[in-house]
Amino acid sequence: MARQPEGPPPPPTVQKLRLRYAKRGPLRFASHRDLARALERALRRAQVPMAYSAGFTPHPKISYVGAAPTGAASEAEYLEIGLAQRCDPEAVRVALDDSLPPGIDVLECVEAAEGGGSLADRIDATRWRIELPGIESAELESAVAALLAAGEVTVAKRTKNGLRDVDARAPIASASAGGAAGCAILHVVVRQVTPAVRPDDVVAALAAVADLRPPSPPRAVREAQGRLDDSGTVADPLGPDRAARARCQGEHAAV
Amino acid sequence: MVTVSVATLTHRRRSSERDPDAATGGVYPGPVMSGESLYPRLEPLLAQVQKPIQYVGGELNAQVKAWDDVAVHWALMYPDAYEVGLPNQGLMILYEVLNERPDALAERTYAVWPDLAALMREAGVGQFTVDAHRAVRDFDVLGVSFATELGYTNLLEALDLAGVPLHATDRDESHPVVVAGGHAAFNPEPIADFVDCAVLGDGEQAVGDITDVVAAWKQQGRPGGREELLARLARVDGVYVPRFYAVSYGPDGAIAAVTRTRADVPARVGKRTVMDLDEWPYPKTPLVPLAESVHERMSVEIFRGCTRGCRFCQAGMITRPVRERTITGIGSMVDQGLRATGYEEVGLLSLSSADHSEIGQVAKELADRYEGTNTGLSLPSTRVDAFNVTLANELSRNGRRSGLTFAPEGGSERIRRVINKTVSKEDLVATVTTAYANGWQQVKLYFMCGLPTETDEDVLEIAELAVEVIRAGREASGRKDIRCTVSIGGFVPKPHTPFQWAAQASAETIDHRLRVLRQAINADRRIGRSIGLRYHDGKPGVIEGLLSRGDRRVGRVIERVWREGGRFDGWSEHFSFERWTAAAGAELAPFGVDLDWFTTRERTQDEVLPWDHLDSGLDKEWLWDDWQDALSEEEVADCRWTPCYDCGVCPTNGTEIQIGPTGRSLLPLTVVGR
Ligand code: SF4
Repeated sequence: MARQPEGPPPPPTVQKLRLRYAKRGPLRFASHRDLARALERALRRAQVPMAYSAGFTPHPKISYVGAAPTGAASEAEYLEIGLAQRCDPEAVRVALDDSLPPGIDVLECVEAAEGGGSLADRIDATRWRIELPGIESAELESAVAALLAAGEVTVAKRTKNGLRDVDARAPIASASAGGAAGCAILHVVVRQVTPAVRPDDVVAALAAVADLRPPSPPRAVREAQGRLDDSGTVADPLGPDRAARARCQGEHAAV
Repeated sequence: MVTVSVATLTHRRRSSERDPDAATGGVYPGPVMSGESLYPRLEPLLAQVQKPIQYVGGELNAQVKAWDDVAVHWALMYPDAYEVGLPNQGLMILYEVLNERPDALAERTYAVWPDLAALMREAGVGQFTVDAHRAVRDFDVLGVSFATELGYTNLLEALDLAGVPLHATDRDESHPVVVAGGHAAFNPEPIADFVDCAVLGDGEQAVGDITDVVAAWKQQGRPGGREELLARLARVDGVYVPRFYAVSYGPDGAIAAVTRTRADVPARVGKRTVMDLDEWPYPKTPLVPLAESVHERMSVEIFRGCTRGCRFCQAGMITRPVRERTITGIGSMVDQGLRATGYEEVGLLSLSSADHSEIGQVAKELADRYEGTNTGLSLPSTRVDAFNVTLANELSRNGRRSGLTFAPEGGSERIRRVINKTVSKEDLVATVTTAYANGWQQVKLYFMCGLPTETDEDVLEIAELAVEVIRAGREASGRKDIRCTVSIGGFVPKPHTPFQWAAQASAETIDHRLRVLRQAINADRRIGRSIGLRYHDGKPGVIEGLLSRGDRRVGRVIERVWREGGRFDGWSEHFSFERWTAAAGAELAPFGVDLDWFTTRERTQDEVLPWDHLDSGLDKEWLWDDWQDALSEEEVADCRWTPCYDCGVCPTNGTEIQIGPTGRSLLPLTVVGR
């Protein structure tokens, strides 16, 4: 007969916290799995009272949303954690940040508002900033114009099931060129579709339409993630939780 | 300087072709300021390779010290992939011990995979440390820890990538001193051409002494150049400098004599032994990688050394005597380590952890302390002993009982007497059955194949044993889903063991025995499907055997293999037996010896062994007698519980067995709440 863990089941989740964190510098080379491992260890080290699943191998309640690819830096990665004990979100942010290696930095922590919907539902686009060392901004500007003018730009993308042709143009909501001498910068907002169109694919699209080929690998930073609103901006996915919090504090103040 | 290695020349040419600035002095283009970060030039390369995270450092508890603040700079290398090297305890210990010194810094470097190595050569980026991405070439000392001899080609690759001449005699005082350590350093003769020194035994104190010598020499303005520095190092306890010892060979191909070439170096080099483990509670803050590594846990070494006397075991022989960490020392290391890392599992490490004099209490008190915290405790593979099941039960009190590992090593009772790891078949089956009955679903059994005096019958008994274990286990546990995995590897005779004279079994013999074993296990499908067989073919073991018991002539073989592309020999997808045998054939023939001469040949009592001038403390006569006892299937007891049988170690090194029980117990931890 199979053994069962003795004692009562683990305590339930009493509070959900949503966090925004960055991966910076050399740690942009961390994969999603690497980050997940680091975050789970840091939660233990910071002694955050996590809620766990039941069974012999209990897992802490953590859900990750839309991780940036290995090699891309990010200022806007999100995760949600379930706690077995209520905590002050800012105290959790500080403790967790202290427990992570420099380069994985916890920037914000807010309590999830009741009935406010899932975090994943609030994210459908990324704003990228892609540095292209060795490319002049004028060069990039004309390449971007060509890309935006194209109806469809097919690029070969490496997926789990081998190379696959995807249209890199359709998910691009907006794109513009900037930067300094010797290093152009591409600002681009990309809708999150399946299979994902990533910075590499956007750069490949520029090569396809305008033969733009950076002499060294581009460096991408995810600047924001969220819902693409009608004005073309990427909305803050933690905004509704923050607003709910402010409202409820306001009500308390009114009483 | 007469010869400069070809590889180094090509390397320099490559870098200077690409960058005219290289001609202004440094081997590598760009500013030649010591200790400068290579990261800006490395970063674009990382975007093009597999698993770049392994090259960026930034691990939790990693340290970066200012270059100019210290006198002595150590680069510590584990000559295998990062995922294997990072968890290495030895390296982590030395990293902390050195970084705690105000006058030294230590950074780590690992073997670079061929994809990045190719890009580095193209871009002229040298072997770098992962901590601050400094060029290994800039460091004062490059310490390389060899857990296995199969890392030798990776040493050559790292030296070449670093821009350090392969041959020690081609280096000048601007190059790092290359120091080998780890178990393989007890016979560094095959790499004698490539290393400047080898450290025998425990490194904790030796690295401090080496640092003192290097610091003083630098401060005095490097008098006498590299030769003088090495001569001073040769006078440090436990440090062997191969260039000061000449080897001559007789007409039969064997060594005629090893003689020192300077009067001021010791005729025989002894080993270092750290006596009070509680005084060396390292690693205090174990490194936690972002990348996945082979051990997703922290380890606490609960004792060092082993006197069980297993005759095949080099680790047990060269680390005598037993020195225990006390229960309180263990408790505070576990506590501090968990806080520093956030790991969920702690391994209680040693050569035979259940033998700690206070292990029962350690297990119980740790299990009490971490009850309800989702912290797992584990012992590495253990002796076959019912007590071990009790211990494992205690440690997994409320966790999952997935797998338990035992190491009977020999298939038959007879061969287990030969290797001095006596356990009867009945006891073995009973122990494993108890494990199944206690809820363990999977038991792993470790064996060796190719042991001295072994026959097919000895190995076939493994199959009988496994079948019996499953039968009895199904009955005792009432379940059909229990499993037994038989893991079996070819035996490689090692220096400083009673088997150092033995003939190694050929690859064909090993492969034949593994084949008949597989057939025997699969004979009864109903039982056989509950038994897994894991094995490696016999070929890598033959090369490991050549490198383990080789002498200086083997260095040419290693170099040729590396020049022909040999790297990562511990990885089956990179290892090429044909490359090794061809190189051995070509390089050894001029000396009138060959691969078989080093491996499958039995040595005689009077033969001068390549490592005879390196002293593990074990008396050669005692080793020989123990070898004779092995052949007549006679056992020897453990000197922890029976009188000393004069293996020689304690009197030679002025050491003694250090075991408890101390009678102390773990203090309850104060909970740090928030
Ligand atoms: S000298 Fe005696 S006590 Fe010391 S390790 Fe050898 S046998 Fe044991």
